[in-house]
Amino acid sequence: MKPQTPILVVDDEPQIRKFLRISLNAHGYAVSEAGRGEDGIRKVAIDNPSLVVLDLGLPDMDGLQVVRRIREWSEVPIIMLSVRASEQDKIAALDHGANDYVTKPFGVGELLARVRAALRLREESSPDASGIAVGDLVIDFAQRRVRRANAEIRLTRKEFDILRVLAKNAGRIVTHQQMLRSIWGPAQEDDTHYLRIYVGHLRQKLGDDSANPRYIENEPGVGYRLMA
Amino acid sequence: MPPDNDRPAPDALLDEARKESRGKLKIFLGAYPGVGKTYSMLQAAHERRKEGVDVVVGVVETHGRAETEALIRDLEILPRVQITYRGRMFGEMDLDGLLARRPKLAIIDELAHTNVIGSRHEKRHQDVEELLAAGIDVYTTLNIQHVESLNDVITRISRIQVRETLPDKVLELASEIELVDLPPDDLIQRLRQGKVYVPEQAGRAIRNFFSKGNLTALRELAMRVAAERVDAQMVNYMRAHAIPGPWPAQDRLLVCINESPVSKRLVRTARRLAERARIPWICVHVRTPGYDTLSEAAKGRIAEAMRLAESLEGEVVVLHAESRIVDELLAFSLKRNVTRLLIGRERRRNWTAWFRESVAQQILDKATQFEVTVIAGDEEGDITEAIRGGSFLPDGAPRDYMMATAAVATAATVGFAAKYTFSFSNIALVLLIAVLFVAINYGRWPSLFASVLSFLVYDFIFTRPYYSFTIFDRSEIFTVVLFIFASIIVSNLADRLRLQVAAMRTSAQRTSTLYEFSRKIAAAASLDDVLWAAVHHVASTMESSALVLLPNADNRLQIAAGYPPEDQLDMKDWGAAEWAWTNGKPAGWRSDTLPTADWLFLPLKTRRGPVGLLGVSFQQRNQPLSSEQWRLLEALVGQVAIAVERTNLASDIEEARVFTETEQLRSALLSSVSHDLRTPLVSIIGSATSLSSYGDSLSEENRSQLVQTILDEGERLNRFVQNLLDMTRLGYGALQPKREWADMREITGRAMKQLRKVLGGRRVSLNVPETLPAIFVDPVLIEQVVANILDNAAKYTKADGKITIEAQQVDNDLVLRVTDDGPGIPPNARESVFDIFYRVRAGDGQAAGTGLGLSICRGIVEAHGGTIKAKDAPGGQGAVIEFVLPLTASPNMPDAVDETEHKKKTGKLSETTDTYSGR
Repeated sequence: MKPQTPILVVDDEPQIRKFLRISLNAHGYAVSEAGRGEDGIRKVAIDNPSLVVLDLGLPDMDGLQVVRRIREWSEVPIIMLSVRASEQDKIAALDHGANDYVTKPFGVGELLARVRAALRLREESSPDASGIAVGDLVIDFAQRRVRRANAEIRLTRKEFDILRVLAKNAGRIVTHQQMLRSIWGPAQEDDTHYLRIYVGHLRQKLGDDSANPRYIENEPGVGYRLMA
Repeated sequence: MPPDNDRPAPDALLDEARKESRGKLKIFLGAYPGVGKTYSMLQAAHERRKEGVDVVVGVVETHGRAETEALIRDLEILPRVQITYRGRMFGEMDLDGLLARRPKLAIIDELAHTNVIGSRHEKRHQDVEELLAAGIDVYTTLNIQHVESLNDVITRISRIQVRETLPDKVLELASEIELVDLPPDDLIQRLRQGKVYVPEQAGRAIRNFFSKGNLTALRELAMRVAAERVDAQMVNYMRAHAIPGPWPAQDRLLVCINESPVSKRLVRTARRLAERARIPWICVHVRTPGYDTLSEAAKGRIAEAMRLAESLEGEVVVLHAESRIVDELLAFSLKRNVTRLLIGRERRRNWTAWFRESVAQQILDKATQFEVTVIAGDEEGDITEAIRGGSFLPDGAPRDYMMATAAVATAATVGFAAKYTFSFSNIALVLLIAVLFVAINYGRWPSLFASVLSFLVYDFIFTRPYYSFTIFDRSEIFTVVLFIFASIIVSNLADRLRLQVAAMRTSAQRTSTLYEFSRKIAAAASLDDVLWAAVHHVASTMESSALVLLPNADNRLQIAAGYPPEDQLDMKDWGAAEWAWTNGKPAGWRSDTLPTADWLFLPLKTRRGPVGLLGVSFQQRNQPLSSEQWRLLEALVGQVAIAVERTNLASDIEEARVFTETEQLRSALLSSVSHDLRTPLVSIIGSATSLSSYGDSLSEENRSQLVQTILDEGERLNRFVQNLLDMTRLGYGALQPKREWADMREITGRAMKQLRKVLGGRRVSLNVPETLPAIFVDPVLIEQVVANILDNAAKYTKADGKITIEAQQVDNDLVLRVTDDGPGIPPNARESVFDIFYRVRAGDGQAAGTGLGLSICRGIVEAHGGTIKAKDAPGGQGAVIEFVLPLTASPNMPDAVDETEHKKKTGKLSETTDTYSGR
């Protein structure tokens, strides 16, 4: 039997903790729980989990603060649970080092996909991987080539840069700012309009329909995600 | 009307009660300086302190007297405030300090004191009134010569004009008057011993004042005032406590005033007579058409006398009469139960009066049933004042006299020509025309000048011997004399006509500005419009700056409008404004309170109390307002007050309406919430209990159906809660779109995905081209809009119904249309479907959700500057909901190369129509 991956769930709502424990257990994760922020931070240190599921609304402290405190000494992937209409909070938490988020209410499938993506990222984060395969897309970072179902797709430099950033974080949210910063540099962090146009071009070349995307998903107000 | 003998008179009770809640005033009254008022007051203060009363000395002048200083030593003394005026420091009583300290009893010397300019009030008695109103008892001192109504008498006795006067009503405020008496001989003794403080600079005049005759007269006056007060108190007490006794009949005294300088004295006398007889009194001015021709100074004298009467608590009435002044006056007197008339003897103002009986004489003749008192004018003073008033001094510009000379010269030339061409002899007529011309155009003095000049010219040129002032012919002497008389009469009449026309013009102008103003504010709908119209109008008619101050929710004054726009006042002006607001009286420039301020503030009074303040500030602040300006200002204040009240009333009604609507909305919300929250919960709990209790005995298919129900209903609940939250945020104005550039196709796609399960097997066709321009919106909110419209469409279509989503660019707008093949929306309900909680009952009894969804759509779309409406379906079957969002120019791409390169390659994705089916 392969060793179970330990996950820490930090949420003040016992019912949510319970269903998360049952669902995650069923998928082969070992779950420990914390009801308060302080408790959660302590348990990250003691239990050394492989991933943290963190509710942004905790009774004793701001979820953002918890992220910051954990990031002072740990690189453990953090997935936030948040609600709609708090895009600013999500972006702030992502900026402070959280890895991804799920909007409440959510289906278990969605959460599991995020968990898998975050864990995979951790395993594969060898920075000089020469290529990656996402679904039927094969991306060669070194050659700057993209193939879909064995057909070559010609991308401009910027389009490839965008795809590369998303592919390196496949399944994971990449905020607009993170994308802009890594492609254009820090000067144009606010020009999400460019991004939208390039992503539109990229989608067309990949044969992706914005009304029903297969590859690139938009999280309005937050960023993009390459669906793994 | 005499009250019942066995019941307390209400007004007397009210008087007593008013005195109860206010602080009590005790006046230590002296007949003259040096009787020991301050000493007696301090002694009384010490006694009160021994009783345990909290006593504070506000201000006491010891004038270096040892025994007074000894008395003051162990009392708490409030430090004075230093006020700088013209470079000198003056120590004044610290009114605010006293109000803040709130002792039970304040000791304040010299009630008649005039405060230095820059203090809050002009007079100390006003400070005292404010203390009394704050519930603080006051002990104070007063010399009898300062009492306003005795002012004339005292001036006559002592030949010293007392400047610091005190309105009689202040005496009435006193709940106690203690007469501090010292026989004249003793005073003179003390004076000799140097025990009486006499200011150095006053010197001899003051010393003359202390003659035995003077002192005796003053002493008698003081005693009489004190005795009258005791009497009045007694009567009041008896009335308040229903003690039967002989009541003074409710007769009235009427004093008639005009522009004569005697009027003020008449008013004071009236007050004194009325007080002594304990009867109410009325001050009447009869306004005739001639009023408008009076000089400003004369009008000012009338206004001053009326203000004096008001401050002496007389009733002030203005009667209007065309010519029968006396009849009007007597009719009014009869109506008001007047028994005594007080009039001044008229001076014969000019020669025309010789032909008329004087008003005074007429009254004496006709007023047989009245007791008439006639007061003689102080002839000398009157005449000098009248002369100073200006009407007998030549006036007019040198230019006017030059024009008069020119007119006479022209007439002489014409006459001369006429005489020598056709022996015209009535030269006098030609000259008379010149005089008339001058009178009409340049006034009395130039015309008199023209008369004299014509007379001389006539004599010099046209009478024999020619070119000499001597006259041979007797008949010609007669002609010349007749001419001068005629020309003087003509010039007088013409001048009068001119003044009347001018006066009428002013009055017409005033009426028309007032009319224009009322029209302007009647048309103004909102308070802002009214205020703007008001300040603009006041500023332009008064040639001043104008402000309206209104209280905010915390009853703090704020500048509501200003012309020219003004948003700051300095401390002094704020002080005046706040005082005017709290006390409901004018304050600031040229008023009694804080007259050094730059602004004059007048309370906007309505029947419901003051609503705000009108402030005016003139460029020329060194000149007082003319009585004409005062009257205009008062009329304007009245109108602005009414206008403000009108809009206040309107907004009150609006508030009440909104309140009712909010109430209705609240109850609708409550019933909707309980229905729409509970329905999905019923399904969820029902399904979950089935699974938990009988899960084992259910078939696999049934189990998965129940689980699916729980999921679907859970999602429905989630959507409802989301709508509820958005609704609340919309209601509080907290739903601010977080705009970013977005694609309509993507938004629509996300909305469809969100509603996948609700749409079920319905055929949804999406016709939103990828090529549509980007829109600058909050994509999350617009997704919510599309989702709500789709949800609504799904609700009213059959399970296999057809729904079309299409979007297109129309000019500078993006239009998105959702069409379904359901029963459609009846035309009369197409507006109300967007109302909160409106529900269209489905014909086949389908369960309808809340109408919350569409009303949120409207809220969100409108927050984006767009519109949403329900329309006819193209085929007559089904409903169309359409919303329009304005397109904004999208920012330019940074590297255009990329863009063009891209366009070449992708031409094919112009329009995409896809059909999706549910699971």
